[in-house]
Amino acid sequence: MAQYTLQINGQKLQADVEPDTPLLWVLRDHLGLVGTKYGCGIAQCGACTVHLNDQATRSCVLPVSAVGTSKITTIEGLSKDGDHPVQQAWDEVDVPQCGYCQSGQIMTAAALLKRTPKPNEKEIENAMNGNLCRCGTYHRIHEAVKVAATKTN
Amino acid sequence: MELQEENNTQALASGRRDFLRLAGLTGVGLVLGFSAKASGQKTSVVNLSADSAAVLSFELHPFIVIDNAGGITLINHRPDMGQATWQSVPMMIAEELEVTLDQIKIRQSDGLRKYGEQLSGGSSTVRTGWTRLRQAGAAAREMFLQAAATEWKAQKSDCYAENGKIHHRPTGKSLSYGELVEQASALEVPADLPLKAKKDFKILGKALPRPEIPAKVTGVAEFGMDVEVPGMLYASIERSPMIHGKVVSFDDTNAKKVAGVTQVLKAERKLPYKACESVAVLANSYWAALQGRKALKIVWDNGTLAEELDSSVYAAKLRAAVAQEAPSYTNLGDVSTALASAAKKLDAVYETPFLAHAPMEPEVAIAHVKEDGSCEIWAPVQGPDGTIEQVSAYLGIKPEQVTVHVPFLGGAFGRKAYLDFVLEAVYLSKQTKTPVKVIWTREDDIQQGPFRPAMLSSMRGGVDEKGAITAFEHTLIGESISGQVFGFFPEGKPDPWAGEAISHEESPYAIPNLKVGFTRVKTEIPIVWWRSVYPSNSSFGHESFIDELAHAAGKDPLAVRKELMKDDKRFLNVLTLLEEKSGWNKTLPAGMGKGVAVAKSFGSVCAHAFFVKKTATGLVVDRVVTVLDCGMYVNPDNVRAQTEGNIAMGLTAATKPAITFAKGKAQQSNFHQYQLLRMDEMPKMEIHLVENEEAPGGVGEPGLPPVAPALCNAIFSATGTRIRTLPVDLKKLV
Repeated sequence: MAQYTLQINGQKLQADVEPDTPLLWVLRDHLGLVGTKYGCGIAQCGACTVHLNDQATRSCVLPVSAVGTSKITTIEGLSKDGDHPVQQAWDEVDVPQCGYCQSGQIMTAAALLKRTPKPNEKEIENAMNGNLCRCGTYHRIHEAVKVAATKTN
Repeated sequence: MELQEENNTQALASGRRDFLRLAGLTGVGLVLGFSAKASGQKTSVVNLSADSAAVLSFELHPFIVIDNAGGITLINHRPDMGQATWQSVPMMIAEELEVTLDQIKIRQSDGLRKYGEQLSGGSSTVRTGWTRLRQAGAAAREMFLQAAATEWKAQKSDCYAENGKIHHRPTGKSLSYGELVEQASALEVPADLPLKAKKDFKILGKALPRPEIPAKVTGVAEFGMDVEVPGMLYASIERSPMIHGKVVSFDDTNAKKVAGVTQVLKAERKLPYKACESVAVLANSYWAALQGRKALKIVWDNGTLAEELDSSVYAAKLRAAVAQEAPSYTNLGDVSTALASAAKKLDAVYETPFLAHAPMEPEVAIAHVKEDGSCEIWAPVQGPDGTIEQVSAYLGIKPEQVTVHVPFLGGAFGRKAYLDFVLEAVYLSKQTKTPVKVIWTREDDIQQGPFRPAMLSSMRGGVDEKGAITAFEHTLIGESISGQVFGFFPEGKPDPWAGEAISHEESPYAIPNLKVGFTRVKTEIPIVWWRSVYPSNSSFGHESFIDELAHAAGKDPLAVRKELMKDDKRFLNVLTLLEEKSGWNKTLPAGMGKGVAVAKSFGSVCAHAFFVKKTATGLVVDRVVTVLDCGMYVNPDNVRAQTEGNIAMGLTAATKPAITFAKGKAQQSNFHQYQLLRMDEMPKMEIHLVENEEAPGGVGEPGLPPVAPALCNAIFSATGTRIRTLPVDLKKLV
């Protein structure tokens, strides 16, 4: 076991875990941040996506020992009141069905809009293609990213 | 609408008073429920308000509670796995009750039998709730109307209900439901009230925002995977790669060296018909449990499983059964005689593979078997009532000793109505006397099953010299879900469920010599229902072969379907609309193809037109046009969402790698091999809903069955290649 101090959602949080523990399980089992989901464990589905220094990152394959002082943002910290433009757009378009993958979808979309505020169709597709949705909400995700882009300056 | 934590099942069980208290009802209230004896569309609404009935009788259960502030609590009796029962159930009640949705609090039912059938399955929530839930709402509204009329000494006909109030038309005065609740609760429940016609709906049929969406976009919606219980241990379980293998011995030396691992024990996975052996590693974190599991050394006795669990061997068995005479659902005229005199005779075999459900949330369950012998469950299950039944039977305790909490389901598609993963947690909790959370890995989910069965459709047909289809025979061959899972298979008869979408009742092609049958071929590979169940297999052969016969007759495939369905108003209407909306009769550009298929399943008729185009890198699905007749519906936007999902899941099933077994093991383990459709592969979709006043049909599944045949008929149109075995790799069709 080793003690880690992590910068998560603007706070310093401590976890006493094995160094190889993926950030995903540190968030979920040790810090109570369960909005980030487990889907595959091999970075194939995107359900575990968080921001690492504003970059969309798969937390299921990122050992906690590799996080260091990087700033982590999870779905819980994306906005104070759940009103990030991407969350608003997801709500307006009624994107989720079961909703399990949507934290990861939203984090991926928010990272995209941060670096490319007005993405074209292809840029949306390329950014979102790594996130699986078994319910098949892809068209609504695509639409919601476009709606969110109109809300950000 | 407000989501309420479901943390009170125990109290719910203990009686009406507790229920009322938990519903926020401190004083007098109006409580309406149903008689459990009433099932289906015929129902009787019962007033449970009388204070003398301190404990709710077994047959009576509250569905609606209205307190003296006008607040309404109601039970959603069907778990939400993405199909939106959190909205559809309240909307049906609110329409007749004349309340707005924001006055409603929703609670998930807990599986107690008094809530009746609680399985989310068979696309049945709206279909079975449509009349009874609206009747309950109407009964409450009428009681408020009567109470107000009495209070005002007015004519009831001068009063009307709106937004949770009764208004007096001549004077303009009003009283809220909360103000009237005491008087209303003393009244008899009026029977046989007329329900609103579709044209008068204020809520039903409107695309209202879903109440649980805000929780699902902020990460606060609680899924089964997210539940934590004080003192719980995490378990990761190593099961035989050959599913049914037996544990000869295991070495847990290294597993126990993993920090956090507390215990390693032999465990079991109870399938409905047998128990499989496994070894479980328990730890104080999931990651530790998983690392411990990876460090196990287990010797398995796999017997002859390497030969028995082989999908190629099974496929050969299905082909060998083609020659067998099959018990039939439909047997009109005489197919063999008609074929003997047909100008053109066709026969073909269509094959569909095993598939995993792969909900994004893998199987997960927490169980706590307590010292007093009772058991508490927290798990994303499709049927809380079935969970109580199976857990109590497994432990040998009474159903009343089992409490079930159902959070949101992170997808299910049929998988979470199969409760092996819940019973694993129960087993481990019983052994360890602690709450245990069992989490399946994605590899467990994809490799351990149960799976959508692989099946074969054996087709024969004939066309006469005038181009009329005179004979059609479909024999569906495969394992019976009912037979394997429940040990129920009526020998000498076809499977009880497998006629869906293909029997003449649901596929009313006017072909004079028509036979539809089923032959059972057993497998040891565990199977279960998968979104749309048998029609996900059988529509492929059924609707592809109609296409083959149309081409043999030299006719347009859509025109042939219209001609053969001309006596069925709803099928004909769906096909006619599809022809118009899709621009079916327009000439396609070079390199494009079009295909159509139609199927009725779970009470709804759905037809797709697929348009595909050839590209340098393979065939691409350009556009899908859909017409769905699901009768009256609750939320058109959700009907479209479900249909989009059905098309995506149907396309995944038709074009992405299947589950194959070789030498006893599933050959796919995670999403790198068992690939799902991604965003860039989504075709354009146009979904048209038929407007009529028919009783509601299902929505969660009927969009899926016609996907594969419409796609493959379009592939034939574009390339001349007839696809008879799924999956088809579109990239290889150049």
